[in-house]
This record gives sequence, structure tokens and C-alpha cells, in this order.
Amino acid sequence: MARPLSRRRFMVYSLAASTLTVAAPLGCDSSSAADAEPARAASDVLVTGTDEEMLVLQVTAANRVVVRLPRVEVGQGVTTAVAMMIAEELDARLGDIDIPLADARARGNQYTGGSSSVRSLYGPARELAALARAKLVTAAARRWGLPGWTLRTRDTKVFAPDGRSATFGSLTASAARITRTTVSSRPKPVSRHRVIGTPTTRIDARDIVTGKAKYAGDLAVAGAKPTVVARPPTLGGTLVSVDDRAARAMPGVHAVVKVPGGVAVVADSFHHAFRARDALRITWAPGPLASLSDAAIRSRLRAAVPRLGTPPSGSAQTEGEFEFAFVGHAPMEVLTAVADVRADRAEIWFSSQTPMDAREAVASAVGLSAAKVKVHVLRGGGSFGRRLNHDAAIEAALISKAARRPVKLMWSRADDVRHGRMRPASHHRIRASHARGRVVAFTHATASVSEAYDGKGLSAQGGARALVARAQGPLPSDSGLYNFGRVDGDSGSVELPAIPLGPWRSVDSGTMRTAEEILVDEVARALHKDPVAFRRTTLRSKTLRAVLNKAASAGHWGRALPAGQAQGIAVHEEYGSCVACLAEIDVTDPKAPRVTRVVMAADVGTAVNPRGLEAQLMGTAVDGISTVLTAGLHIDRGAVRESSYADFRYARQRDAPLHFEAHLMPSRREPGGAGELGVPAAAAAVANAYARATGTRPRRFPLDF
Amino acid sequence: MPSHSFVLNGEQVTVDAPDDMPLLWVLRDLLNVTGPKYGCGVGVCRACTSHLDGAEIQPCVVPVADCAGRAVTTIEGLADGDTLHPVQQAWLDRDVAQCGFCQPGQIMAAAALLTRTPQPTDADIDRIENVCRCGTYSRIREAIKKAAEQTAQRD
Repeated sequence: MARPLSRRRFMVYSLAASTLTVAAPLGCDSSSAADAEPARAASDVLVTGTDEEMLVLQVTAANRVVVRLPRVEVGQGVTTAVAMMIAEELDARLGDIDIPLADARARGNQYTGGSSSVRSLYGPARELAALARAKLVTAAARRWGLPGWTLRTRDTKVFAPDGRSATFGSLTASAARITRTTVSSRPKPVSRHRVIGTPTTRIDARDIVTGKAKYAGDLAVAGAKPTVVARPPTLGGTLVSVDDRAARAMPGVHAVVKVPGGVAVVADSFHHAFRARDALRITWAPGPLASLSDAAIRSRLRAAVPRLGTPPSGSAQTEGEFEFAFVGHAPMEVLTAVADVRADRAEIWFSSQTPMDAREAVASAVGLSAAKVKVHVLRGGGSFGRRLNHDAAIEAALISKAARRPVKLMWSRADDVRHGRMRPASHHRIRASHARGRVVAFTHATASVSEAYDGKGLSAQGGARALVARAQGPLPSDSGLYNFGRVDGDSGSVELPAIPLGPWRSVDSGTMRTAEEILVDEVARALHKDPVAFRRTTLRSKTLRAVLNKAASAGHWGRALPAGQAQGIAVHEEYGSCVACLAEIDVTDPKAPRVTRVVMAADVGTAVNPRGLEAQLMGTAVDGISTVLTAGLHIDRGAVRESSYADFRYARQRDAPLHFEAHLMPSRREPGGAGELGVPAAAAAVANAYARATGTRPRRFPLDF
Repeated sequence: MPSHSFVLNGEQVTVDAPDDMPLLWVLRDLLNVTGPKYGCGVGVCRACTSHLDGAEIQPCVVPVADCAGRAVTTIEGLADGDTLHPVQQAWLDRDVAQCGFCQPGQIMAAAALLTRTPQPTDADIDRIENVCRCGTYSRIREAIKKAAEQTAQRD
């Protein structure tokens, strides 16, 4: 249901500075920010000094617009989206806007996750820029002795009717002294948006294609030497003894130190560091899971699933049990952190979704107060939830402290796959009860692996707080997307010590909603209904029906396909957004199923950057293909069997759809979340297509494992 | 320590390094050329993909000694000054990148493919092994086709 764009205002302040500097508070979410100080009128309060909880916009004399963003860029395009919001309201050229990432702050909302970034910034960023524009126009009006309403803004300049113009940079000093604006400081109505909603290329695209974009490992921090860690073969394995004489004697080796995760080597290059690591003679004690393998974990999960209650009398049942393996995050950029820990202070450079927590954790690990720890947030080479945790930052800090020198710690890919975090394995038992052609009850019981907390487990080594790890609000399954009568669910868990888990793009929905959408197809089959028609008549929400219809029509649902090929469809709703995905699969070669075509339709409210949103949906389609068909991690006697992309089989070009398209529903609602939205719909659409192409009922994922 | 001379992005360089030191770490740790990325160290993810005498290599598995007297090109050396290589331009036009970490390698792999096969088919493009964990593959495919078209028009 389209609700009108909110009229809610955000307090916006001018900061005392020699150049125009305005700030908008960022609370935990946008509504609490608006409620923070209801008595103050917007834009007439002078605040001295920068406030950590604010989004701050500064116009420099060199005509640059700088907004230091308290979020991390990991590929999701948040810096571009924010630059577009600023460009829209300021009438600045996108190329004149810089969005550096803010260092860790002491308070406020600096959390990147839960698909919340655009939602939390959309109001404050636009209010901020609108006030700045009003001040710049007022300053120009004074300079030229003209009424403000006669002036226009465009391309980071103010224009007078007679053709005179002034850059924002030339006006910033006088605009900084304006307390009362003579033109409106309200954001534009949606009807006047010309940047927001226009497909826009990433602001960092040129840096990326020329190799200039810098990630943590690319930094040249003075004296920070390449560092790697020898880790135990099993999860949570412990060091018994180490003979480091040979390693220390190798050329280019600066230090060998023990850390909780293993033995660290600091050397002149990563080549020297890896060589010396391999020369360490280490005896490891097996970790606490050493007796455990996949089969046992699977049976414990099955046993931990709560029993389903009694179905309504007289109903027929469609039931399914679904299993999902562990899945690594495996961002392309392995965990990397530069740390310089001194006796009285510390400085860390890394990519973090939770830099405030990281700062506290690093401070406590090295025995400093948080005020003495500086955390610089860098762009990340992918995340998918992995950078909610700050394991590498803590480890780098401990190594720097022990080695008494700055270090550049890098996890190897094998470290990442074998010791990195994982989406928990899970087991699902789902039952739809139907009578007279309708579903009258739907129940979903699940169990997933969770980490047993013993006070010194992984959470003590950089785990994200459980609080922030999960998207806010009830799980989508709690209310039910469908008119399925009585909907309920229950969950159990299998607690394992030392199991490195972490929230993975779309968190619980990635398994729960995927399994449900597969069962919905099976119910439709049991009722002799077409999967699209069945969903159309049973979905509760009009917006969800609309995206379903869009994906079905654009994707030519029901078109004739040769034997061995089929279409599958699925939907999902979360983060104030909804999506439908149609996938076509070719299973002519049963050993190499290929998803050939994916068509998605999404309603995320206002799509700030449709091109970026399409990219996010494209990424979730590949997540769905990978996790359903090939990508998972085995546990063999307490160790992860896989060690690189050679055996952790994430999709390559040959696995990706030959044709992808995304359709965005026009909307004037405020933006919903979008970064994780597509995962469950894509995964289930692939599974449903596979089921229809092969006449099987897929139950255990990934299918080829 | 042995000394190795080769041409890097058009300039003669000499480095002191063990013969078996992978070119990737020579580039990144000794020469501060950071466009080629470490993603696995075993030639699988191909985030480090660069060119040796114009052909695709994975510097993480090529010893520096093998490069002596030859021409190494990394992403930093692909453009002609401020004029982007047609593959880089196509990457910009299609806005391929997400996190960007694998893209230097993807671009170098695509450029090498177009040198070998100026009009690649979908099957040719499918043979590119470079991993993109963000899943930008559809745009990579479009960008390669666009670069192929533009190169054909110019010739």
C-alpha cells in the first residue's frame, strides 16, 4: 500500500565553523532522531563543535561538498546513494561530492546492517543538504542585493537572473554566518526529484576500474609489516607447543608471537610471512568439536526441531523437511587489518560494519580506554555480514602489542574458509494443512546451530553483539505472507562450542523463507494449482501480488520450454520491501544445472539509485544460485573440509544467468531496505525451477554437495 | 638476494627478491602496486589477474624469476594515460563493479580474452574463471560484449 512520503522533519543544525557546516542527528533509526528534541525549531540553533551523533555536511572553499559517512561501503553502493541524496537537495554536481567513511565514533548510530542504511539516512541527508542550499542562496542574495527567491541553484553554483553565478565554495564562508534563511530549507517534493530515482553510476567506479580504490591491505601505513597467523586444523583447536627457531632464522622475519587464534608471523612481505608460518613446528590440541562431523550435526539438528502440533481435523497434509549446510561469507577481500598499538594509544585501519563495537573490543583486548583507540573505517571488498564481526582487528591489535610494532594482518583464504564465520546449518519441518482446496494451517518448526557461550568463545574474540546482528522487527514468517489460516512456528537449537557463526546476508530468512517458498510450490501442486496463480490468490499484500505479477509477466511465466528446462518462482517480503523472482533452469546435464535466466521484480518504495538496486538484486540472485546448487561447507571431525573457492563452490560466470533483468515498481513511499531482500526469493525460485525441471523434491542444500 | 629486472606498466624495474617469490607479493609488498589483489594465493579466484607479455597470468602463482626481461601489465597500466582501455570504459558504462575487489582481475581477464578472441561468444565468456562474490557476472558479460562491439567499430 503506497503511503504518502512522510512529512516528518529532522532537526538540522549549523555548526560553528569558518565554512558552511551543517549537521543532522542520526539516532538508532530515523524516527527516534526526529523525536529527540521536539521543542527545538529546525535550523535556528547554533551548535559549537561537531556532534558525534550527527551526519555532518561541509562545503569547502575549494567547492567540494564533504559528508563524512558513519556507515561502511562494502559494495552495496551506500556512498553513491548518499551522494545522490545530497546532490538532489543541494543542486550540486555528483562529482563535487565526497563521501569519506567516518572513523569510529563514541556514540550514535554507526551500524551498517539489517538493510538499514538508506532507510536511516534518507531523511537526515536530504534535510541537511536542503538547509545548506538555503544558506548558500541566502548568502548569494545578500552579496548581490537580490531577493533570494529570484536565485537558482545548479551544478554546485548559485545563479542570478542576470546570469551572474557564484560557486558554493565562494559562498561558504558567508553562508556559515547566516542564521536565518530567506528561502525555504525544506527538501524538494518528490515530483521535483531529478537525481533520486535516476539510474546513476557508482561514484567510485572509475577508481575501481583503474585499480586506485584502496582496501585495508593496500594501505602503506608506516612500518606496518605483513603478518599472517598459523591456525589450528580444527575449529577452536589450541596451541600445545611451538618450535619457532627455524621460522625466526628465516630471512625477512621480524617477529613470531602467540595469539589466541594461533601463532603470528610478522615479516617483510607476505611471501616471507607465509614461508615462515609454514616453517613453524606446532603441536595443536584438537578443538571441542573434534569428534563431530556433518552427519552427526544433521541428526542432532533433526532431533532438535520441535514437534509439529496436531493438524486441524479433517485436513490433508503437505509436509517437507529441509536441510541447509553451513555457508561461508567468503568476501573477495579476506579479513585484513592494520594495527599500530603503543603503550598509551592504538590506531586500527580496517573495514567494519560495527566500528564502535570494534573500538570498545580492541580497547579492552589491549588494555586501553576506548578514548585512546582510533578506528579508521575503510571500504571493504564485500561483506555479506562478515564485517559485522571484528575478529581480525582484535587479532591485529594483539599482535601489534606483542610484537611492539605496527602490523598489517591478513587472513589467508584458507583461514577465511576454515576459520571464518558461517551461516548456521539448519533443519526445517514445514507442514501445510489443507481442506476443500484451501490451506487452513501452516506450521514451520526449525532448529539451527548456535554458538555455545562459555565466556571465552568466539564472541569474546570479536563477535558482533547479538542485538545488532539481527534485522529489527518480527521475522517475516511470524505473521505469514499468505492467507494460510492458522500460522505458527517454533524453533530449537543445537549449541556447539567454538563454532564460528555470523549473520549472513538475509540472516534467518535465507533458510526459513526459502524452505517455506519451496513448500508453497508443493502445496500448489497438491492442490493442482499453478504456482503463480496459487500465490496470487493467497498472498495477503497487494504490493507483493503486484511484484509477483510483474515478475511473471516480464519473465513470461508458463512459456514453453524444452524437456529438462523449467521455470520456478518465489516471493519474499522484509525490511519494508518486497520482491518476486522468476528463475529458469536447464538441467539437461543433471551434473551441471545452469540457471539461464532470472527476472526479478521489487517494490522497495523510493529506489534512490535504481542502477545500484538492480546490482543488489543481481547479487542476491547469484547468492540464491550458489547456496541452492553448489556452495556449502562440510564439517569433518571438527574441521571445515573446504579451503578455497576451488572447493567452496560459489558461482562463476558459467553458473550465472545468461540473462538477468530487474523491474522496480514505481513508488513514492520512503525507501525500504534492499541489500538482503532478494536472497530468499532467488534461492527458492532456483529450487522450485529445479524441482519442476527434474520432477524431484529438493530437500538438502546445496544440492550438489 | 637475486635481482630481477622486468618491464612493469611500461617502466623498467629491478627488484631484489627470492627467485620463487610470487610476482603478486613482489608487486604489492616491494613495488607498492596494489591493483592486483590477493584472494586465494593458489591461482583459483584470479583476483590478481594481470598480463605477462600481453597474456593472462595469475601473479600469485608466477615466480618473479619467470618475469625476468618480460613485460608485466597490471590494472594500473591498462589505460593509455587518462584514456581508459575499451574494457575499462565498458565497465564504467555498464557500472559493473560492486565492492570492486575482484574487478581489476576481471577487467584484465576480459582484456586478455578480447585480445585472443575479439568477438567472444557466451561460451567463451563462460570460460572466465574469475570469482566475483558480489555476483556482478551479468554486467561483466554485457560489458565484455560492449567492449568487443566498440573495438570492432573502431578497427
